[in-house]
Amino acid sequence: MGSVIEMKGVSKYFGSFKALNNVDLIVSKGEKVVVCGPSGSGKSTLVRCISRLEKHDEGTLEVLGSILTNDEKTSRAIKSKVSMVFQQFNLFPHLSVLDNLILGPTKALGLSRKDALDRAYMFLERVKIPEQADKKPGLLSGGQQQRVAIARALCLEPEIMLFDEPTSALDPEMIAEVLDVILDLAKEGMTMVVVTHEMGFARKAADRVIFMDEGEILEENIPTNFFKNPQTERSKLFLNQVLNH
Amino acid sequence: MNFCIRLFIVSIFLLLAGCSGESGNWGWYVIDPSTKSGWINIKFLVGGFGATILVSLLAAFISIILGLIVALPSLSSSWILRSCNRIYVEFIRAIPLLPMLFWVFYGLPVILKSLGLQVEIDAFWGAVITLAVSDSAFTAEIYRAGIQSIAKGQREAAQTIGLSYFQSMRYVIFPQALRRILPPLANQFIYIVKMSAFASVIGMQELTRRANEIVVTEYRPLEIYTLLIFEYLVLVLLISFGVRWLEKKLGSNESNMN
Repeated sequence: MGSVIEMKGVSKYFGSFKALNNVDLIVSKGEKVVVCGPSGSGKSTLVRCISRLEKHDEGTLEVLGSILTNDEKTSRAIKSKVSMVFQQFNLFPHLSVLDNLILGPTKALGLSRKDALDRAYMFLERVKIPEQADKKPGLLSGGQQQRVAIARALCLEPEIMLFDEPTSALDPEMIAEVLDVILDLAKEGMTMVVVTHEMGFARKAADRVIFMDEGEILEENIPTNFFKNPQTERSKLFLNQVLNH
Repeated sequence: MNFCIRLFIVSIFLLLAGCSGESGNWGWYVIDPSTKSGWINIKFLVGGFGATILVSLLAAFISIILGLIVALPSLSSSWILRSCNRIYVEFIRAIPLLPMLFWVFYGLPVILKSLGLQVEIDAFWGAVITLAVSDSAFTAEIYRAGIQSIAKGQREAAQTIGLSYFQSMRYVIFPQALRRILPPLANQFIYIVKMSAFASVIGMQELTRRANEIVVTEYRPLEIYTLLIFEYLVLVLLISFGVRWLEKKLGSNESNMN
């Protein structure tokens, strides 16, 4: 299996602040990678660079065989093959759930409305909320909104799914329903990079856990090892704080 | 507030007292529809509605389009485009309407002529161009504020589902911004209607010009200008009601927005 994401020495600055510091990361096709670390450690910036929402300043970043430079052309080469789910859902509030789902397929992929609708219903079934199709997102619960957002990302039939703290804005009782959907996806072999604080999810779904702090990857490990004996003092401390509550 | 209402009632009473025609201070006969000359005067004055409405509508229409074209560069990441927008807005916004009207009406044909273009700019088009350009600086700022008020996450989400810049504007940002843009845009439309009165100076036969002409022949400025004020009031109230209705219609569609 080839690699679908290859980062070599990637750095990213916000002004003088170094958000990513010389990051190397390889993700293979079908692999599930969980990224964790304290806030401000660069986890979000990492996935935002892969999705081209941020442009990296140094190093090389190769996604699905295209080397991403900072001009528009390369962003377009991977567009809609790399999909992203946000912490704040970012659904379009003026459109119904269904219209949220078909906007990308009809406008960006050029599907007919009918094909896009078929696809939308299929993925709404998958995230288990077909009955909400005609509602505006504002009428749904947070968990439902996030599942719609996942369905919206899936409607583009991406090859890589990026999750940026998908459950951090949710009420505790809604976290499970969203994680279940993501777990299902994981089982189907989707390549995923998930930024999350849900360590239970990491244990269940991840092939690999990456621990970041201050813009650097401090540790890469398989989940069982990472939780049993973390290799750095920093990750030990972090796990203590996350797991003992 | 109570005081204001009382003042209003007293002034209406005074106006009506004037209408009775007994006191020497008022001369409502000039626009008394029951007399022949009064009827002719009224028809002449009210006849200005057409021109005022047409100039305002055209100017507002052009300004709405021009404003958007001016606003888009302000949202760009390129500083050159952004400064083009700034220069236009600051420059146009700084010109008082009347000098700009004179410049367009008397000056612009000279420039066009020196460029080899024989274009007549009559009072009507002079007024339309001036009002539209002058207003476009303000509409551009309204667009910019409205578009920038839409959360950054919306643009990012549009980008991650593969939409181009114009697609995300067209389907995601603009429909949401419209609701916020509409009320201040309506304000600008009212502003245009009122400022169209300046077109009287270059001889356009709109409401104010016609009022001036009757004042000159009848020497009854108080009555005629009072009527003129109410003519504008009617226009502005009509716009207000129209916009309320439109807002409600858009609002009910998007009441579920959070």
